[in-house]
Amino acid sequence: MGIEGIGASVLRKEDKRFITGKGRYTDDMVVPGMKHAVFVRSPYAHAKIVNIDTSEAEAMPGVIGILNGKQLTEDGIGNLICGWMVHSKDGSPMNMGAWRPLAQDTVRYVGDAVAIVVADTRAQARDAADLVNVEYEELPVVTGVEDALAEGAPQIHPEAKNNLIFDWVLGDEQATADAFSKAAHVVKMDIVNNRLVPNAMEPRAALGVYDAAEDHYTCWTTSQNPHVARLVMSAFYNVAPENKLRVIAPDVGGGFGSKIYIYPEEIVCLWASKRTGVPVKWNCDRTEAFLTDAHGRDHVTHAEMAFDADHHILGLKVETKANLGAYMSLFSSATPTYLYATLLSGQYNIPAIHANVKAIYTNTTPVDAYRGAGRPEATYVMERMMETAARQLGVSPPELRRKNFIRSFPHQTPVIMTYDTGDFEASLNAAMQAIDYAGFASRRAESESRGKKRGIGMSCYIEACGIAPSAAVGSLGAGVGLWESAEVRVNAVGTIEILTGSHSHGQGHETTFAQLVAERFGVGIDSVNIVHGDTDKVQMGMGTYGSRSGAVGMSAIVKALDKVEAKAKKIAAHLMEADEGDIVIENGELKVAGTDKTLPWFQMALAAYTAHNLPSGMEPGLKEGAFYDPSNFTFPAGCYICEVEVDPDTGKTEILNFVAADDFGNIINPMIVEGQVHGGLAQGIGQALLEGCHYDPQTGQLITASYMDYTMPRADDLPSFQISHQTTPCPGNPLGIKGCGEAGAIGSPPAVINAITDAIGTNGLSMPASPQKVWAALHNA
Amino acid sequence: MTKVAMKVNGRQVSGEVEGRTLLVHFLRENLGLTGTHVGCDTTQCGACTIHMNGQAVKACTILAAQAEGTDIVTIEGIATGGELHPMQAAFKQHHGLQCGFCTPGMIMASIDIVNRHGSDLDEQTVRHELEGNICRCTGYHNIVKAVLAAAGAQEQRQAAE
Repeated sequence: MGIEGIGASVLRKEDKRFITGKGRYTDDMVVPGMKHAVFVRSPYAHAKIVNIDTSEAEAMPGVIGILNGKQLTEDGIGNLICGWMVHSKDGSPMNMGAWRPLAQDTVRYVGDAVAIVVADTRAQARDAADLVNVEYEELPVVTGVEDALAEGAPQIHPEAKNNLIFDWVLGDEQATADAFSKAAHVVKMDIVNNRLVPNAMEPRAALGVYDAAEDHYTCWTTSQNPHVARLVMSAFYNVAPENKLRVIAPDVGGGFGSKIYIYPEEIVCLWASKRTGVPVKWNCDRTEAFLTDAHGRDHVTHAEMAFDADHHILGLKVETKANLGAYMSLFSSATPTYLYATLLSGQYNIPAIHANVKAIYTNTTPVDAYRGAGRPEATYVMERMMETAARQLGVSPPELRRKNFIRSFPHQTPVIMTYDTGDFEASLNAAMQAIDYAGFASRRAESESRGKKRGIGMSCYIEACGIAPSAAVGSLGAGVGLWESAEVRVNAVGTIEILTGSHSHGQGHETTFAQLVAERFGVGIDSVNIVHGDTDKVQMGMGTYGSRSGAVGMSAIVKALDKVEAKAKKIAAHLMEADEGDIVIENGELKVAGTDKTLPWFQMALAAYTAHNLPSGMEPGLKEGAFYDPSNFTFPAGCYICEVEVDPDTGKTEILNFVAADDFGNIINPMIVEGQVHGGLAQGIGQALLEGCHYDPQTGQLITASYMDYTMPRADDLPSFQISHQTTPCPGNPLGIKGCGEAGAIGSPPAVINAITDAIGTNGLSMPASPQKVWAALHNA
Repeated sequence: MTKVAMKVNGRQVSGEVEGRTLLVHFLRENLGLTGTHVGCDTTQCGACTIHMNGQAVKACTILAAQAEGTDIVTIEGIATGGELHPMQAAFKQHHGLQCGFCTPGMIMASIDIVNRHGSDLDEQTVRHELEGNICRCTGYHNIVKAVLAAAGAQEQRQAAE
């Protein structure tokens, strides 16, 4: 490794613009003639639209146009799509209702967009929006999954009887029943995974510009995957053909999944720009973000785990009800199925597993993938079950896990996945050592002497990243392939541009992707530029989510670098009159091995472009592209241990120590990887202790719609973290990378809840474990 | 419309605003200083933190008209002579930012914390004082490290001045 190569904690190239206020986010964009949009949104969770009267609003100063769903339909703008087909156990396709970008007849959640107001200023648009008089006829409301499935529940979409979208199964039901019939012990739990609001700090925004002269559209948007946005807006929403539509995702202020989806607002802004003849910018305020950004989690689960007399797991049965909200968002069907139930084997040998997932419509904000997407829900089920089993069986939690660890690879689970590699015990040992697990008893005694209750809890997670092999996900219902693309352009002076379909919204790609090139060619990272986020510059890509940019995006770059290297060596061999096989590339030079003959990198590049003396038949130039389709998922895994102290008088939990031991395979930049873990842990601890999204069950009003009501983790809610890495390189991709972006959020919630329940001596505690809940659990125990 | 005038990053500026225009919108839209961000609508997130007359203020919580005659410093105004402010340098050095959206407000709030506490700062104080600034990316771990590191550097610079 060079000082800027693979494995070096190189400081980030992109930082300077952010720390000096020169980042360029969507809301910072200004184009000539730009006007401002505000959406009129439903204040009701379920209602018929009787009439929309815009006369008063249209008379307001500065108003340019007010458009509604009827006009959108007239112009042939399509329904929002769900990109993954899931079939019920009876073979029938999922029962998907229509989602119009602007509701035309019925609104189904508070915040459903009804109309767009375009005006000279944002304030004028807001004033006018307040005067759009929408007459509603209220309909009965349902917000929870059990109520939504009940006979006589309000019917949200005509296509989904009893609000059931699908009733899906995975695994062998008979084999699982047989395993349970032989069980010596069965552990049963009801587990709720609380609904969360992603809350990227940059609110969503869109700027739609229609150029009538060219009949061309440009959309700046807060997207994790601008190419997918262009594809979907073109192929399904009929905004414009792909060659007439440019999508740019400039600096994006965090995503966490919530900026994967193509929302109504960007479609409507583009369409409104053509309708009104002006560029239209919309910027979400935070309340609007709470109401309309896709939410995460929201599972209600019953699980049973069967053990033999020797405490080996025999089988697992899981029944989950997943709240998908009022409409099916882009990946909403995949999240509680193929990203959830396929991870229910955890780190353990489990001979038989059966999972049943019911997806359900409710009058709430659509729910989709949020940091971890299905894997946090699976990990929470597995690791709450394992800890509870250990308590019920009277064995130590780490020993029960050790006894059941998968130790030989590849390992085929009963739920599709083939784990390629791992060393679960190494992470468990590292975490136990880091937190001084053996010394816990004395620390607990010390807490008790002060009247406090101390607890320790662990979580051994595994997840699937590097999504995903295209043919495999296609066979499971995905509407797209999940490969990635890259192009490497070596300029005539030897500097290099990497064009990637991955998108960085905090992950540091401008640094880590450049490190790959530094490692390969020995050139400085300052001579490497990363180009991303613009469909006019990068031909196609699938974007960043599912911790895929390293394992998939960088693998595409490696493939393109292979081609560049091969051509560069041919040129160098020709110029130095050597054998191509003898050329090595080191420290920015091409050398003939075993001689003192060298050719600087830039001279080779210049030769490629002057083309005065190239090998016979070789094309001039040095530019290579590649598409990389992974052969398998990758499987990051690790062990997290949390130690807490609970004040029995107030129920307040303090995290005294939190250790993370992760196996992410090979690591490009440890500093950035650790930063990803810190952020993930904060979100997972936030879910466990603080964050919870609440709807009023009678009215469907979102009660937690601001930072006054929804508790975001603050600096003084969190400890500093101890992090270590154990490495089993991933055999499935050229860099041996597994991915690190979501692990913290996946692994941490059960560690926290296991620690608190250990402290208070009762198992009945739901997230977020607020002081009130902890106090009640303690005093009801 | 009302005319407002103030000093921003050492330069005298003025503009026409509505009475209801927030200072943050005046900075972003009238002056084009887009480094100051808006992350919420309830004065909770701190992405809009600037300095007014030497104190950290949330620019979404004050009207532009109220800033009449004041001395404003934004994230664009803290590097001097092409040299980063020690707090900016510390955020980079300690990887105290990821997506960068909360970063300008974090840096402005952190400078104010160090101005008030000097090098007496400890981790607990930094964490407590940063509770008005929300970051969703970093888990605060490296932000806290950066602020503590900068506390020493900032104090040295002030002593030298």
